[in-house]
Amino acid sequence: MNTTIMLFLLQDGITNGAIYALLGLALVLVFAVTRVILIPQGEFVTYGALTYASLASGQMPGTAKLALAMGIGACAFDLFAARKALHGRLILRSVLANIVLPAIVLAVTLYFAGQKPPVAVCIALSLVIVAMIGLYLYRIAFQPLAHTSVLVLLIASVGVHLALQGLGLLFFGAEGQRGPAVLSGAFTAGSLRFTGQSLTVYGITIAFIVGLWLFFGLTLYGKALRATAVNRLGARLAGIRTSLSGQIAFLLASIIGALSGIMIVPITTLYYDSGFLIGLKGFVAAIIGGLVSYPLTAVAALLVGIVEAFSSFYASNYKEVIVFMLLIPVLLLRSLAAPAVEEEKD
Amino acid sequence: MQSRLPILIFAILMAAIPFVPGMPPFWIVLLDNIGLAALVAMGLVLLTGVGGLTSFGQAAFVGFGAYTTALLTTAYGLSPWLTLPLSLVVSGLLAVLLGLVTVRLSGHYLPLGTLAWGLGLFYLFSKLEFLGRNDGISAIPPLSIGSFRMLDPGSIYFAIWVAVILSALLTMNLLDSRTGRAIRALRRGHVAAEAFGVHTPRAKLLVFIHAAVLAGLSGWLYAHLQRAVNPTPFGAQAGIEYLFIAVVGGAGYVWGGVLGAAIVVILKEVLQSYLPLILPGSGQVETIVFGIMLVALLQLAPGGVWPWLMSLLPERTSGRKPDTSLKLEARPRLPGQSGILLHVEKARKQFGGVIAVNNVSFDVQAREIVALIGPNGAGKSTTFNLITGVLSATSGSISVLGRKVDRAPPQEIVKLGISRTFQHVKLVPDMTVLENVAIGAHLRGQSGPLASMLRLDRADEAKLLAESARQIERVGLADQMHQLAGSLSLGQQRIVEIARALCVDPMLLLLDEPAAGLRHMEKQQLAKLLRDLRDGGMSVLLVEHDMGFVMNLADRIVVLDFGTKIAEGTPATIKTNPEVIKAYLGVAA
Repeated sequence: MNTTIMLFLLQDGITNGAIYALLGLALVLVFAVTRVILIPQGEFVTYGALTYASLASGQMPGTAKLALAMGIGACAFDLFAARKALHGRLILRSVLANIVLPAIVLAVTLYFAGQKPPVAVCIALSLVIVAMIGLYLYRIAFQPLAHTSVLVLLIASVGVHLALQGLGLLFFGAEGQRGPAVLSGAFTAGSLRFTGQSLTVYGITIAFIVGLWLFFGLTLYGKALRATAVNRLGARLAGIRTSLSGQIAFLLASIIGALSGIMIVPITTLYYDSGFLIGLKGFVAAIIGGLVSYPLTAVAALLVGIVEAFSSFYASNYKEVIVFMLLIPVLLLRSLAAPAVEEEKD
Repeated sequence: MQSRLPILIFAILMAAIPFVPGMPPFWIVLLDNIGLAALVAMGLVLLTGVGGLTSFGQAAFVGFGAYTTALLTTAYGLSPWLTLPLSLVVSGLLAVLLGLVTVRLSGHYLPLGTLAWGLGLFYLFSKLEFLGRNDGISAIPPLSIGSFRMLDPGSIYFAIWVAVILSALLTMNLLDSRTGRAIRALRRGHVAAEAFGVHTPRAKLLVFIHAAVLAGLSGWLYAHLQRAVNPTPFGAQAGIEYLFIAVVGGAGYVWGGVLGAAIVVILKEVLQSYLPLILPGSGQVETIVFGIMLVALLQLAPGGVWPWLMSLLPERTSGRKPDTSLKLEARPRLPGQSGILLHVEKARKQFGGVIAVNNVSFDVQAREIVALIGPNGAGKSTTFNLITGVLSATSGSISVLGRKVDRAPPQEIVKLGISRTFQHVKLVPDMTVLENVAIGAHLRGQSGPLASMLRLDRADEAKLLAESARQIERVGLADQMHQLAGSLSLGQQRIVEIARALCVDPMLLLLDEPAAGLRHMEKQQLAKLLRDLRDGGMSVLLVEHDMGFVMNLADRIVVLDFGTKIAEGTPATIKTNPEVIKAYLGVAA
């Protein structure tokens, strides 16, 4: 095999792997804090990507309206949950966060929609819109189920995935879209060409890994999230609002998802249903990382990306088979290495 | 278990449906689909709801069943009836292979692992040349009996629903048996089940195979209903859908699987055919509504619809008292001297830098009650875990009847006649007291899963239940026999654990804080029971904090402090031992 091809495949693999790493991190984060296996992570990716691409091509993304609709739903849930102890400040806060904010964003989006705004505006708007969707999603779908089993949360997660994917088709149509590069330009080193886009991918991935590490290690909110992950009841007794932890986790996950989407959509055409498979590969990485370790997940994601790149070159028919079957030996090793431990299940 | 009458009525109803005049053929198609999904969901009920093993990969087993018969009937011209056992065997064997890899995974690895191979196998189906790649295999012959060919959905309907009802009966029989109790105990962790001889990895593999075979059956029927197969219905989406059928119906209940299948199939159909009338426009609206309704349903009834419906019915407590005159054979005894039952020699257990048990030595003789006392964190429960094989000692040795058992797993220890209770009660809360106690007699029964499914285990089962009932009466809980273990007070649950341990027919009973949570009278009854047991030839080793209880009961006391034995002797000498007083009160008196 020729070195150029190998280097090229390696580069391709690392770029994809970096995206899987981000998604894997988000999955680990959400699972650890809320016990939700976030299958809709893929929808955050497509929503981010397609919102960005629509805005850049001068269209009005339906996701901005969805954010407002979900905000109204979240506000209703808030008020219903607090119906026995309603007071002015609570209502005001809920209305501001859940209705006024998305309404403003919708207005801004409407204002920019027709006029092909600059890339930075498109990115900012897409991120805010998807972040709000993530936040409200937790409030509507998962917070009322927070006390149930992992299995029930998982099934709810599937339901959300189906609904969001269907909405995706409604908003963006069946045709795929591509967006403009976040950072244009490129340079060549030896036989390899580095585009601005792929450098952005590396940069953002590294920034996120470091950022998450700092967030969890150094900030009070980060520690509160970790405490919630270890023991919900204990965290509540210590005064941590577990619903807040869940909201933060979903907020971070949706931002990460949207950002990943914005980074890939200039490289590959994305369809309304592309997110599922991309998210699943993040999953594979997260499982290899054991759903607990962030650095291990990142390394595993790079591995998944590289294996995918090489298998799509040598055995493109079996690309997906190889990626998903990669898990079996890993799981085998894990189950041999870690003797079964007693789990107290509720 | 509940009577068979409702099932019979259900079967008659289902048999009558196709003969209702004016029944739209389309409804029969729907019922066919419900039946096919119900078969898979039923397997998941056992696997996920009862056994606690979540699988996304069931659609792949449906695929194995369907492709096996598709390939063999088209390429090799075998009769569909010949491929039925082959389809089931293929699904079952692949379940063994995949199961050996995956069932040992714990917690969230398992569902994700199954999702991974579910996806991988789907892509394999769609890429393999001999399976027709994405086009699949068509022109599969229909099922036929003599000259009656099941060509339309109305005729294969009977085959499908006979399969559903038979599978439901077999599955319910399995759950209501010796093996079934072992399976039902899996979800609550494996330590308690293993302490009574259940081989938990084997039990997990068993439910995995059972679920796969049911899925394979569904696949075989599917292939002959459609008479064509392609990879689409066996993908990850389908695997996920089967799981939510089970959860929506009520993951712990066999009929929940059938109900869930009905709800999901009908809901999808209604949405697909009526929603476009209300909300015209681009497609996929039904997916959106379906997803939202799924989440709403879970928020309203997180346990599933079946248990919710059942709770609307008047409660029936239909527990029949087992015939206690039936005798269960005694546990096979090892030939051995009867002097020293248990000999612990310099046992040591380190967890990293912490020495939980530090070179502790003591004996338990025949017919004596030994108490192990000490302040919290003294290493008492760890010592229990070393003796019963839950943990293995870092160094030192433990012998039972003169044989070293250092590395023996819990299942071997209990065979030697050492049974135990747990400091933190480990009962299955949604099983009755009787069923929980019967787990204790696990090793004294012989019937396997096949015998249980076919109800060939009844003689064996009656003896097991008789023994359990006797032990429950012995500990004074006869009135609670048919209540759910989770509904009892904590003190009573501890007593249930003692009854369960007695079902082993032990020579040595290990009790971890049996008197905690008991009232004064109950403690006195417990003390009397333990004395009676000793006088009947059994030995007892107990950990207890209630000093009054221990001092009046024990023949000998061993005192631990920070993992080290600081004293041993009769209650009278221990009471005055300065070391012991110092350990408990902090200063020498």
